[in-house]
Amino acid sequence: MTNSDLNRYKDKAFQVFGICCTFLGLIVLAVFLIDILIKGLGRIDWDFITSLPSRRAMRAGILTAWVGTLWILVLTALIAIPLGVAAGVYLQEYARKSRLSDFLEINIANLAGVPSIIYGLLGLEVFVRQMGLGESLLAGAFTLSLLVLPIIIVTTREAIKAVPGSIRDASLALGASKWQTIWMQILPASAGGIMTGVILSLSRAVGEAAPLIVIGALAYVPFVPESPLDEFTVLPIQIFNWVSRPQEEFLINAASAIIILLFITFLLNGIAVYLRYRQQKKVKW
Amino acid sequence: MRVKEKIIEGLLLLSAIITVFITVAIIWVLLSESVSFFREISIVRFLTEKEWTPLFAEKKFGILPLVSGTFLTTFIAIAVALPVGLTVAIYLNIYSPGKLKLIIKPVLELLATIPTVVYGFFALTVVTPFLQSFIPGLAGFNALSAGIVMGIMIVPMISSLSEDAIGSVPLSLRDAAFGMGSTRFQTAFKVMVPAASSGIVVSVILAVSRAVGETMIVAIAAGQQPRLTLNPLVPIETITTYIVQVSLGDVPHGSIEYKTIFAAGITLFIFTFALNNISFWVRKKYQEKYD
Repeated sequence: MTNSDLNRYKDKAFQVFGICCTFLGLIVLAVFLIDILIKGLGRIDWDFITSLPSRRAMRAGILTAWVGTLWILVLTALIAIPLGVAAGVYLQEYARKSRLSDFLEINIANLAGVPSIIYGLLGLEVFVRQMGLGESLLAGAFTLSLLVLPIIIVTTREAIKAVPGSIRDASLALGASKWQTIWMQILPASAGGIMTGVILSLSRAVGEAAPLIVIGALAYVPFVPESPLDEFTVLPIQIFNWVSRPQEEFLINAASAIIILLFITFLLNGIAVYLRYRQQKKVKW
Repeated sequence: MRVKEKIIEGLLLLSAIITVFITVAIIWVLLSESVSFFREISIVRFLTEKEWTPLFAEKKFGILPLVSGTFLTTFIAIAVALPVGLTVAIYLNIYSPGKLKLIIKPVLELLATIPTVVYGFFALTVVTPFLQSFIPGLAGFNALSAGIVMGIMIVPMISSLSEDAIGSVPLSLRDAAFGMGSTRFQTAFKVMVPAASSGIVVSVILAVSRAVGETMIVAIAAGQQPRLTLNPLVPIETITTYIVQVSLGDVPHGSIEYKTIFAAGITLFIFTFALNNISFWVRKKYQEKYD
């Protein structure tokens, strides 16, 4: 075998390996979804969705868990979106290149790398204890807001960066003030990109269990939360609780709850992908 | 008008400054509780004792078993994710026809959005029984299957960051290599990967940091038994799992058991903080500049 034959052989071998690795992800995803569907689909019915938790697997439902997840989703959005978009706008439109802006940038990158469980410890000490919110929905939403804030800030900046300077210049030339330019031109033009980032960050928040366990969210909540100061549980915590039990029936409950959770996260991601696609198609600067 | 503009700018600045307060608050919370922990337990004991049993009657406070558990699962995860992730990045960038990339990338991104409790369920109920069918000594909770599943979770992170790095190498380098008669394999490993090495290193460091801080997969599938071992077949406990374990129990505020989670937390924070800053430094220092 000549050298060039050998090289061609290596090239082909790596191509096969590459195809295997690339499709490995798809296969794992498929195996996984099929496994979950087989285990869990049979258990999902109206009772499962509308029943309170129970010590007996066949009577247990996820009503408190999905209502808690919905509360957390809405509260986190209300807290994190204004804060994150405002910070993103400041960094992209107002901050001059200075020590302060460099520091803010590095700091945000660092926050994005802090493990979620550390945010749980922060929430436990600051929101649950110091601010006296207790183990409430509000404490959970504040904690998750801090967790997703870096994602919202970074995507807001990216979206604003993509707006061409000519729009800004035209608005300023017509006599609009800086804020009028941002509010009436830049934000509407970048809304699609910002929304994509916001939805992705909310889908992250919906799937988080660790920080909420640390702030003391309970697995067993026998009532549906009615105000932001009520105790709560969420779907990922309910799943964790069921997975940690030895009985087979609870694993089936966990699989069913996972189907509901995946439905919510895939729905959110689908909306985000759709918004991004529409934005890319519509906007031709 | 002027005043209104100034007020708005002030409010926006305040939002940006809040991010600094978050960092300060994290460090303050971790430090204040840990300092009071280290007043009772000396740092030397914390770093050198070989057992971690704060919840037992006879208390030992050596962090090493938790650290070894964390590193063991992280090492397994990277051993899975690095070869697979890097191969996917190279394949998508150099081998694959353009259309395939447009389909594969979103699917891999979908893998990254699955909540980690779901991966934990997968590790415990699918991967562990599967591995047990040919590894007889494998315990029901073990570092191996948690690590493998964590690796699968991290593949999209490494493949997408590395693909970006390889994609930002100028095409002239690739074309020159092809022009000299190189195969795609030679072009990939002799030209493109070395040229993109800083970006690839950054992706690996960020993946390590992610794996070190990962909680739910290991809490579900790796066990809750702190032990100083590198054996991937037995139950272990990671730093993150310990924090979850204590949070689920009924530990009174202010007790030494309560303070242990902050001592464990600050250990974890130091690791991830160091890794993240090394990655910034690598990116800044070794970034190749092409004109």
